[in-house]
Amino acid sequence: MRYGMAIDTRKCVGCADCVVACQTENNIPIGYTRDWIAELNEGTYPNLHLEIRSERCNHCENTPCVRTCPTGASHIILGGIVKVTHEECIGCGACIQSCPYDARYMHPDGYVDKCTFCDHRVANGQEPACVSVCPTHCMYFGDLDDPNSEVSKVVAANKIKTLAPEAGTKPQIFYLV
Amino acid sequence: MLETKKSLNKIVSDLTVPIKSHKGFIIWVAFLLAVMGLGFYAYSVQLREGLGATALTDYISWGLYISSFIFFVATALIGMLVSAVLGLTGIKWITPIARIAEMIAVGFAMWAGLIIVFDMGRPDRLLNVFLYARVQSPIFWDVTVVTTYIVISIILFLLPLIPDMVFLQKTMKDQPKWKQKIYKMLSFGWKGTPEQYKIIKRSIRLLSILIIPVALAIHTVTSWLFAMTPRIGWDSTIFGPYYVAGAFAAGAGALLIVMFFIRKSYNLQDYITDFHFDKIGKLLVLTLLVYLYFNINEYIVPGYKMKRGDDHHLFALFAGKNAILFWSVQIFGMILPILLLLWGKMRKPVPLLIISIAVVMGAFMKRYIITVPTLEHPQLPTANIPVDFMIYWPNWIEWSITSMAIAGAVLIVTILAKLFPVMPIWEIAHEEGISEEEMNNFEVE
Repeated sequence: MRYGMAIDTRKCVGCADCVVACQTENNIPIGYTRDWIAELNEGTYPNLHLEIRSERCNHCENTPCVRTCPTGASHIILGGIVKVTHEECIGCGACIQSCPYDARYMHPDGYVDKCTFCDHRVANGQEPACVSVCPTHCMYFGDLDDPNSEVSKVVAANKIKTLAPEAGTKPQIFYLV
Repeated sequence: MLETKKSLNKIVSDLTVPIKSHKGFIIWVAFLLAVMGLGFYAYSVQLREGLGATALTDYISWGLYISSFIFFVATALIGMLVSAVLGLTGIKWITPIARIAEMIAVGFAMWAGLIIVFDMGRPDRLLNVFLYARVQSPIFWDVTVVTTYIVISIILFLLPLIPDMVFLQKTMKDQPKWKQKIYKMLSFGWKGTPEQYKIIKRSIRLLSILIIPVALAIHTVTSWLFAMTPRIGWDSTIFGPYYVAGAFAAGAGALLIVMFFIRKSYNLQDYITDFHFDKIGKLLVLTLLVYLYFNINEYIVPGYKMKRGDDHHLFALFAGKNAILFWSVQIFGMILPILLLLWGKMRKPVPLLIISIAVVMGAFMKRYIITVPTLEHPQLPTANIPVDFMIYWPNWIEWSITSMAIAGAVLIVTILAKLFPVMPIWEIAHEEGISEEEMNNFEVE
């Protein structure tokens, strides 16, 4: 089993509902966030292109953050989800620096926090909070190892890209372009 | 060199009189303690409110603390360069300054360890590094080698002190009890038999060999904290030697500053001569040249390829936001000192002091230039984030705690220099041709 996500940048409207849903679901302190919206303009007039996408931890297969953690607070659980045990984290920040996606932040209480793919919801058969609220249904979540899952089908049928492939982290979030 | 022969009595009194006189000592220590008091208050605020009390932001989460940590580790390396590398190659003139270098090493290495704790989000969980230790993590390597270096440096400071303790016991009869107790304890029952001399010389030699790989490891691992990440500006294979070269330059500068003030306030002009300043000045110019070479490598290789991401970073350094700091560091902290020091007249104590201060300040800011601008240029383009996430300038808490660390390291050097002779009396006596027997029979006149 390998959880992953597909995000359709062509359908995303950048409403940031996913950001708010995550902050509410996971009780994120004000001023911090586990996911965010990027709006990127490319090209010169008249050949302009605007890409809007929702970003978060890519739950990479090759994880620089887990590798640099001195205590093992950063770890990978079943399904390839990268998590931080808050009680073991010493707040040294090594993982924050080694993440090419800047997906981690220092919680005001002194430990590092990040996206968990809402594993507490996934365990109950629900979708992550961000996916569940998307008004345009541009996010797909599921098991990438199961060829019949919705996410696998979407990834197989569309042109996809991953973020910062040059970092060699093998991300598990695919963007449809 | 020491031209005129000195008698043992003169050497002992020259080196022990500063320990007894207190001119200006109290004021200097009071000043350092005041600086530390402010830092202590700032740290209590930070402990209460967490790292949020600092100016560190979501994106720039390593700032002044980590850059001063590199600076402290760098400065501490001079102990290894002078007492081990130069000592093992049989260079005689380092005898009067080896202990000063070792004092700097002890003081700065200890505070380097502490400053890492200041940067931790949860310092109360420091022991987790050992309880849940993961050997794969550079942080774990760092904690291990810094601790090892501190321990070896302290031993390497205490060992050559043992024969001196006998002289101190004999001359310090009028001093407070606690001082005499320390001297007695640290003499470890030294009798001065030929066998003891043989053992002590052999163990100093052994430790000097041992400290070289440890010292190289501590600064290389410090650089790996950065180089092991895929970040722009840190993702470099020469970071280890680049840091070590910079460390030697910073340390040689710090050594010159401490030498200058110790010589002046302790009246040791006959021991630390202009010859020593000239030599260490040459060492400084050599290390700076090596460092310049690594600097050229570090910027020209990515600058030539201009990979995506590198361009933003290098532009900010060369001509953008960080340009003023970057060029002042490169010019005043490296290029100008090299040019000036090639000129013999500049390698006299006073010009050297000024140049060394520029080099050390440059070294401090250089660490900042390595740490912060990289974090200002994340791998992915950012959008829709609060503006202040990308702006960092240390606030008063960080400045105060960093000042506390600097004052603390200087305080350790001050106290060590006040409690113990700043030079190994027995080794100096050896060079003057005074026999071991004569030293054993030493009596105060």
